[in-house]
Amino acid sequence: MNDPVLDISGLTVDFGGVPAVRGVDLHLGRGEVLGLVGESGSGKSVTALAAMGLLPAAAHVGGSVRLDGAELVGAGDKALSRVRGNRVAMVFQDPLSAFTPVYRIGDQIVEAIRTHQDLSREKAAARAVELLDLVGIPEPRLRAAAFPHEFSGGMRQRAMIAMAVANNPDVLLADEPTTALDVTVQAQILDVLRTARRETGAALLLVSHDLGVIAGMADRVAVMYAGRIVETAPVDALFAAPRMPYTLGLIGAVPRLDADAEGRLEPLVPIPGAPPAPGALPPGCAFAPRCPLAEDRCRETEPLLTAAGRAGKATHPAGAADPAHLAACVRAEEVGALRPLDVFPVPGTDGALRKAGPGGGRPVADDVLRVTDLARTFPLLKGAIVKRRVGSVHAVDGVDLDIRAGEVLGLVGESGSGKSTTLFEILELRPPERGSVEVLGRSVEGLTRRDARALRAGVQIVFQDPMASLDPRLPVGDIVAEPLRAQHADRALVARRVPELLRRVGLEPAHADRFPHEFSGGQRQRIGIARALAVDPRLLILDEPVSALDVSVQAGILNLLLRLRAELGLAYLFVSHDLSVVRHVADRVGVMYLGRTVETGAVAEVFARPLHPYTQALLSAVPLPDPVRERARTRILLPGDPPSPTSRPSGCPFRSRCQVFAALDPGRKERCTTQAPALAPQGGDHTAACHFPAERAVL
Amino acid sequence: MAAYVARRAGYYVALLLVAVCLSYTLAATALQPRAYFEARQPPPRPAAVDAQLTALGIDDRTPLYDRFGHWAAHAVRGDLGRTIDDTSVNDEFGRRVGVSLRLLLVGTLAGTVLGILAGAWTAVRQYRLSDRLVTVGSFLLLSTPVFLLAVLLKIGAIRLNQALGTDLIRFTGETTPGLRGGWWAHAKDRAVHLLLPSLSIGLITIATYSRYQRSTMLDVLGSDYLRTAQAKGLTRRKALLKHGLRTALIPMSTFFSYNFLAVFTGAIFTEAIFGWHGMGEWLVGSIGKDDVNSVVAVSSFAAVVVLFSGLVADVLHAALDPRIRHS
Repeated sequence: MNDPVLDISGLTVDFGGVPAVRGVDLHLGRGEVLGLVGESGSGKSVTALAAMGLLPAAAHVGGSVRLDGAELVGAGDKALSRVRGNRVAMVFQDPLSAFTPVYRIGDQIVEAIRTHQDLSREKAAARAVELLDLVGIPEPRLRAAAFPHEFSGGMRQRAMIAMAVANNPDVLLADEPTTALDVTVQAQILDVLRTARRETGAALLLVSHDLGVIAGMADRVAVMYAGRIVETAPVDALFAAPRMPYTLGLIGAVPRLDADAEGRLEPLVPIPGAPPAPGALPPGCAFAPRCPLAEDRCRETEPLLTAAGRAGKATHPAGAADPAHLAACVRAEEVGALRPLDVFPVPGTDGALRKAGPGGGRPVADDVLRVTDLARTFPLLKGAIVKRRVGSVHAVDGVDLDIRAGEVLGLVGESGSGKSTTLFEILELRPPERGSVEVLGRSVEGLTRRDARALRAGVQIVFQDPMASLDPRLPVGDIVAEPLRAQHADRALVARRVPELLRRVGLEPAHADRFPHEFSGGQRQRIGIARALAVDPRLLILDEPVSALDVSVQAGILNLLLRLRAELGLAYLFVSHDLSVVRHVADRVGVMYLGRTVETGAVAEVFARPLHPYTQALLSAVPLPDPVRERARTRILLPGDPPSPTSRPSGCPFRSRCQVFAALDPGRKERCTTQAPALAPQGGDHTAACHFPAERAVL
Repeated sequence: MAAYVARRAGYYVALLLVAVCLSYTLAATALQPRAYFEARQPPPRPAAVDAQLTALGIDDRTPLYDRFGHWAAHAVRGDLGRTIDDTSVNDEFGRRVGVSLRLLLVGTLAGTVLGILAGAWTAVRQYRLSDRLVTVGSFLLLSTPVFLLAVLLKIGAIRLNQALGTDLIRFTGETTPGLRGGWWAHAKDRAVHLLLPSLSIGLITIATYSRYQRSTMLDVLGSDYLRTAQAKGLTRRKALLKHGLRTALIPMSTFFSYNFLAVFTGAIFTEAIFGWHGMGEWLVGSIGKDDVNSVVAVSSFAAVVVLFSGLVADVLHAALDPRIRHS
């Protein structure tokens, strides 16, 4: 720490007078991994881009960024271009748009090499192939000639890392490097980042909103809020005893895959309100308006980042101030001894926010949804004028689901596994291509229009993107009233229901006249939920309802869903790629791979004793927001990407990536290659589609 | 690449055949060559009119498909028939095609290149004074009809010549009649004559292209890959040229072929105003004389030009964007 390779001090960035970064100090030691955490709009990405001088011309950058003592702020484009990609390299978030679409991957890496090294084209090309090999791209020589669109998201991110380390940089900046990726691919990419660091010895500034990723990667962590660092500490100390209420809230708001010692789940702790708009910061501490511990002095002056006195818990001997643990809070000493629930009140904590206990068993009730062997294929067309069918996409190829009244089924799977297609097939209320769908006890076979409309009121959906799914030109009251009007409800009923619904989801009835853009992301999702509840459905289909939201807001929505379910006796089909969220919300879970259900059962059972190798890999890939446990885990890393759903392999579709299959003897392998395993009972309510199911600890 | 170009070329040949059939049908049904002969003074005998029409293959008593068959049978052998004044369409075509191509090519090519540069440059300098000036200038040019622009250019040239007291800019016809001198003197003379007509075509092309190019370039300027290019150590200028401009040109290549038709139509006025005897002038004259075969010849020329520019656009597209060669 005496000799930071990258030394950011007093960094400020504003866009046309609106501050985005307000005095950030960060010191990155040689070979160190510093995690920079914050929610969207906190200024973490802007900080990283400012360090490389990559902000648009409209940004006004002040303060100092020194690389080995050389000042980068205010340096000219020419001087910066000698540093970028050479001594400081960057890995961006969205690997699809980060490569120039018209150049081959290999050529783009060659360009990065030859910009800084005096190498012949042939030698640089050979080096590019080596780099692609290093980051685990199969057949690197062949793949170097591919264009970016021919790579999957994970492969592109690998190539991006290969390009970043091409010139052995001293510092790597990774801006949300795994955010757009599936969890098993995320695990691969984090592994590649570790390899890249081992090879180059570079220091890493890892920018992420995901506390789990940070916990597993970082040596030290800095937490950003409203353009400032509000807490920084070694990773263990930060997670064990955060001293800034915001950090505490953030940790409490993250749903966790692992239960506590008694197998119970803590209720999630939502942080009230929303981060301040950058142009309208409150006087004093920017977090004060959301902080239950705020006092008058918090609202007067903004606290400085200082070493907080004694640590509350046993991480340090009582009385010793840890010089590496800084917090910008006047009550930091007290906070260190508190748990999230002590600070942030959770409305209705008693019972309602906890699901039925693990031993509770399934409710004795009617099915609200029963799907058996559902399939849906899409034609693959080719030709400019006359389209001809050249193949099929087997989007859904054998899905079984059943949900009883008042039950929550979590449907998990990675992108392309057919989750959304399954939902839309159910919502069509029309006979499926194959298999059967029963909604509220009625088969969708032979429904008349009138029946279908009546049935539609019983099943409603909440969409992923709360902005795109609300008509921007309709006032919120009309949006919520729309399903009622579709069911021909009379005016009096609409006038009575709308305020009631808004209140139910935690919004002011007086806001019915406002338009969607006047609400924050979390509030918009509440509007979406109110709309879905308007016609008193018995089953709510939730399509990734919290994945577009920041973690502190997400917790509030999840709690709302749990409360509504307890109050209204709703059943949910909860689709998510986030297993921790499903763990928190669902009673039962269905795991999908390549359009098929591969494992089902009670959440507690499946997450504690996953039997299908895919479920095991999926669970093992989810990072825990707990550095100590995270370091102790061994990961099952799946090789490669899921195969294309256009080809339907014989036998088990998972075997190409299966860790169990790889270890089988040839005689037993035979069974996997020829027979597709059916979903078979594995004791009680637990089913798995695997010929060789075996328990394996993954958490 | 070769297979791709061959496929596109085949597609354009098919389109060309459709275009020729349609223009023949339109010309043969809309024009009244019989009326042209009957209106002569003194009025010819009906039998003589019939005989003349039959000889030219444009007798309206013959069924349309027979007339077309007759014309097409000659056309495939390279004979485009006779004009209404019983001269060879081929000869007239040969005299005029070079004139039109010189006029169109110089103006469009220079206009396209300059327009793209202006568009890219103004995008990089968005909302600065230079960007605003080019924007205002483009809108002025785009809202000026070709004939007005041509006349204004002419007046400007006359004023300039008067002020200088010489014949610096000549703008009538393609060459100065009776000019003596060597090869160089003739080339210079032609270039001077080409200046104003090319400007009138080129300026409007610049205006159009700079608008489109500016917007495609603005899209690219905000792109992540441009940032990546800088992050790996390219200077902004190099990143803009190598990663930005190339990608921003791709959508323009489609526009290129469609714009050519507009230029061709505009050139009809340009020819008339500057006294060039090109295809446009011929087209207007032929329509006035109900000259079916000549109109079909000019229409076919226009179709060839537009479809050829479409092919060039496809080749450019494939060269700029290798992805389509590989898909």
